[in-house]
Amino acid sequence: MSELKRTSLYESHLKAGGKIVEFAGWEMPIQYEGLVAEHEAVRNNVGIFDVSHMGEVSVKGKDAEKFVNNLVTNDVSLLNPNQIAYAMMCNENGGVVDDLLNYKYSEDHYFLVINASNVDKDFAWMQKQAAGFDVELVNLSDSMSEIAVQGPKAQELLQRLTDTNLDEIAFFYFKEGVKVCGLDTIVSRTGYTGEDGFEVYMSHEAAPVIWEALLKEGQDLGVKPTGLGCRDTLRFEAGLPLYGNEFDDNISPLEAGLGFFVKLDSPFIGSDVLVKQKAEGLARKTVGLEMVDRGVPRHGYEVAVNGEVIGHIATGYTSPTLGRTIANALIDAKYSEMGTEVDVLIRGKAAKAKVVSKRFYTKQYKK
Amino acid sequence: MNVVKGLYYSEDHEWVKVEGGKAKVGVSDHAAHQLGDIVYLELPEVGAELSAGDVFGVIESVKAASDSYSPVSGVVTAVNEELADGPEAINSDPYESWIFELELSDASELEGLMTAEAYEAFIAE
Repeated sequence: MSELKRTSLYESHLKAGGKIVEFAGWEMPIQYEGLVAEHEAVRNNVGIFDVSHMGEVSVKGKDAEKFVNNLVTNDVSLLNPNQIAYAMMCNENGGVVDDLLNYKYSEDHYFLVINASNVDKDFAWMQKQAAGFDVELVNLSDSMSEIAVQGPKAQELLQRLTDTNLDEIAFFYFKEGVKVCGLDTIVSRTGYTGEDGFEVYMSHEAAPVIWEALLKEGQDLGVKPTGLGCRDTLRFEAGLPLYGNEFDDNISPLEAGLGFFVKLDSPFIGSDVLVKQKAEGLARKTVGLEMVDRGVPRHGYEVAVNGEVIGHIATGYTSPTLGRTIANALIDAKYSEMGTEVDVLIRGKAAKAKVVSKRFYTKQYKK
Repeated sequence: MNVVKGLYYSEDHEWVKVEGGKAKVGVSDHAAHQLGDIVYLELPEVGAELSAGDVFGVIESVKAASDSYSPVSGVVTAVNEELADGPEAINSDPYESWIFELELSDASELEGLMTAEAYEAFIAE
């Protein structure tokens, strides 16, 4: 068994009382003070996440934009320089290889941010798909650290550590060469929580300095270190998907309900399958569920109607912010109408649930 | 971590309060902290026969579902329905939050459990 990796902030996590668990081959903090307290801190004040385990790939060359456009579901040719697009990479069957953020520096230079759990798979896939394109791919994952600062007070906190006017970084835009604590960083107004906030990329040496400064400077703002536990509950409430839950290599972006990020008129690997799926009508759809009976519907639990399994739970929680027990489920499209009653099989027993809107939490982005 | 005297404790962090031939079972402050915010509690059925080490139900935190084990054997005589409706009480008041009560079938099993002092040492390891 290969050794687990540690980010540059491992000691900082221990210092902050982090409970370390294994995640995607890394030793990461699942929580510090407690999941609900951290979740609420992000919704009400500001939380800081170590996301250094994420992967980064640079794409440079004459065909950079053409390559990326062929690779991902969104149309990145529509991006301005310094703008970012969220998209998925599909395989030839229309299933999702991974979701990612695509940072456009220029038509010749892209910066792709991918999931920690898929770094090796994604990079190998990208290299394979680069054949025939004049591009150079570099896996930067091991050389970059990253901290996400998220919450209504995120900008106020980060502004205290930089002279760059953060108002100049609009939603889904980034700026490089931003000095935070005097150290070089890339800052984007992006995040995975449904709140306003930033993702800051820096060197391994800079990360602990910036982390400690954020905790120190943010005391009066209620800053808390926030772990992977609340990262999942926050993104779930905000309707943001997780590879392995809402989609995977056998679930298409359309089945996952992410058609907004799929531009079928700008062809990409797998788009022919998705065009067909759209034309024929989806056999499976992702719906929101709310429990009627008691019980917590968790990832992988089966969904049934009249004793027949019709799908499964992608993600489910008793939502800390909303106080409702809710889930996303991928089910037979026949049962996807609002109000449809279904059963969630929890430890062998059927617990009643009903189909509701997937829009659980209203996102508070600063657009 | 709060450890209340006069109760017996199991290695799975349950507490047992003996009243005559009956025992009430709950989880310790240490367990409540380990679990995090509890959102769901599955109670055993009244009348169910449990052996020490049997799963009596499930305690779910936001993050995960955990099987919970009965530290003693007996027939379930009462369950705390009120707690099932408000399971977060386990986090705020673990020692008042009894989960179920059973008629002990073998009181000698209590000797295999820890006293408060022994449990305090156990969780300090």
